[in-house]
Amino acid sequence: MLSQNETKEIDLSEDSHLTVLNLGPTHPATHGVFQNVVTMDGERIVDAEPTVGYIHRAFEKIAERRPYYQITTLTDRLNYCSAPINNMGWHMTVEKLIGVQLPKRVEYMRVIIMELARIADHLICNSILGVDTGAFTGFTYVFQEREKIYDIFEEICGARLTTNIGRIGGFERDFSPIAFGKIEKFLKEFPKVMKEFQGLFDKNRIFIDRTKGVGPISAERALNYSFTGPNLRAAGVDYDVRVACPYSSYEDFEFDIPVGENGDTYDRYLVRNEEIWQSLRIIQQAMDKIKKLPAGVYHAEVPEFYLPPKQEVYSSMEALIYHFKIVMGEIEIPKGEVYHSVEGANGELGFYLVSDGGRAPYRLHFRRPCFIYYQAYPEMIKGSLLSDAIITMSSLNLIAGEMDA
Amino acid sequence: MPLTHDYIVEKLKSKFGNDITDIEAPYGLTTCTVPSSRIIEVLTFLKNDPELNFMFLTDLTGIHYPDHPEGEKLGVIYHLHNLVENVRLRMKTFMPKEAPFIDSATALFAGANWMERETYDFFGIIFNNHPNLKRILNVDDLHYYPLRKEYALEDPTRDDKDDRFFGR
Repeated sequence: MLSQNETKEIDLSEDSHLTVLNLGPTHPATHGVFQNVVTMDGERIVDAEPTVGYIHRAFEKIAERRPYYQITTLTDRLNYCSAPINNMGWHMTVEKLIGVQLPKRVEYMRVIIMELARIADHLICNSILGVDTGAFTGFTYVFQEREKIYDIFEEICGARLTTNIGRIGGFERDFSPIAFGKIEKFLKEFPKVMKEFQGLFDKNRIFIDRTKGVGPISAERALNYSFTGPNLRAAGVDYDVRVACPYSSYEDFEFDIPVGENGDTYDRYLVRNEEIWQSLRIIQQAMDKIKKLPAGVYHAEVPEFYLPPKQEVYSSMEALIYHFKIVMGEIEIPKGEVYHSVEGANGELGFYLVSDGGRAPYRLHFRRPCFIYYQAYPEMIKGSLLSDAIITMSSLNLIAGEMDA
Repeated sequence: MPLTHDYIVEKLKSKFGNDITDIEAPYGLTTCTVPSSRIIEVLTFLKNDPELNFMFLTDLTGIHYPDHPEGEKLGVIYHLHNLVENVRLRMKTFMPKEAPFIDSATALFAGANWMERETYDFFGIIFNNHPNLKRILNVDDLHYYPLRKEYALEDPTRDDKDDRFFGR
């Protein structure tokens, strides 16, 4: 049943008709540092051997020496196309460990940030898929919109790509009226561009011919390979962490989980597009909910974990003590082990955290979705053309930073 | 029967008896420990039993306890998920550091392949019957297993970074 268990015996002698091609590690069509040693019979792929680890930075080891609040910057650099989701996932893991309950308004603010990040991530993936099939225009349309999302992040936290957004216990500051204005403007203007983008691709004969039936995976195989996220849903399994194990008050929102049928590149493209629309729905609902809640609440009252305002550090004794303890990593962290997962833009992003009560985690493991589903890639491209292998990789939404951690 | 903590534990106990130890549910996630020699049996049972039906391997990773009361231990931690009933389960197994051998779960879960390679790469746990057990994220000729606790993160020759004051 398992093709990976078959022994690979490929005849590469002089009179063999097979050729070996090194695809990557730095190839313009691979969007990141991936290497694939592909064995080919003419244009058809017989076998592929992916090599990963080119940008491995030992995050799990580094995390074992860092105080909890300093690990957020490491999570930025996992899936850097949707860094806020990773940041929030990490904050929530620690909050679960220490048992902090956030005010509803903060949770809704987090939902807005996470859904914006999801839109940005899906836009990149789908528009690059367009580029790989030879259609550059859509990419230029939506990258303009991605800029606007990054402007919102910049307004909220000061950074654009590696955001380091939020703190354990809430946000570092409230959303400014300008930030709310930018989100509202985005909600108003983005649907038009999105429709235009979909108009270029959804029923485009060339695009459909290039993507339909390309790189398919069945629901059964996808589950066996521990697929999650849009790639699993494109195969027809409606598993979404936001619904299965709701976090950050996702249970308060109404949205659909789009699923595909064939698990091929075209279905993955459609599922991502529909998820963008659902994300917009969620953001709209979150904005409405926030308006009904008292303004100005942006963190939980947990002085032992949440840094006090700087001016209070100079005037109040408690604030000074907490400030010192937090910065020096002297806060009390309970012993225990936690698994918390969030629906990252490309799948279930899990944090397995073991604490022995020390200032840094005893062990922290990131469940990185694309590391896990990339191993199915050779099986998905076997027998297809080289050009199909390129767009299959592109539609899987592989992020080298996340894969290599 | 709904898949409650008690029900899962009872089913496992009736099948594997006293080999199921250290039953707890930290933060609501049922956690059990089994001997490393029986782990594949347990995983197969969990996956194929029509009621338990833990068909999805969410995560597989390693851990190192140099100060374990029963001697230095390496562990493998499995997170399983029953997607139909939406129940998660954590299985743990430990083995002595001198004999870090365990059977591979690749025959049950194709996705275990790279997760086991990663665990081998960082902890040196040997997965028997793995189709392709070699390093995955580190370079092939690395001669140690970096996530084991004896390898300090900082350069040990430096004395300006004293672990008593900074970090672990």
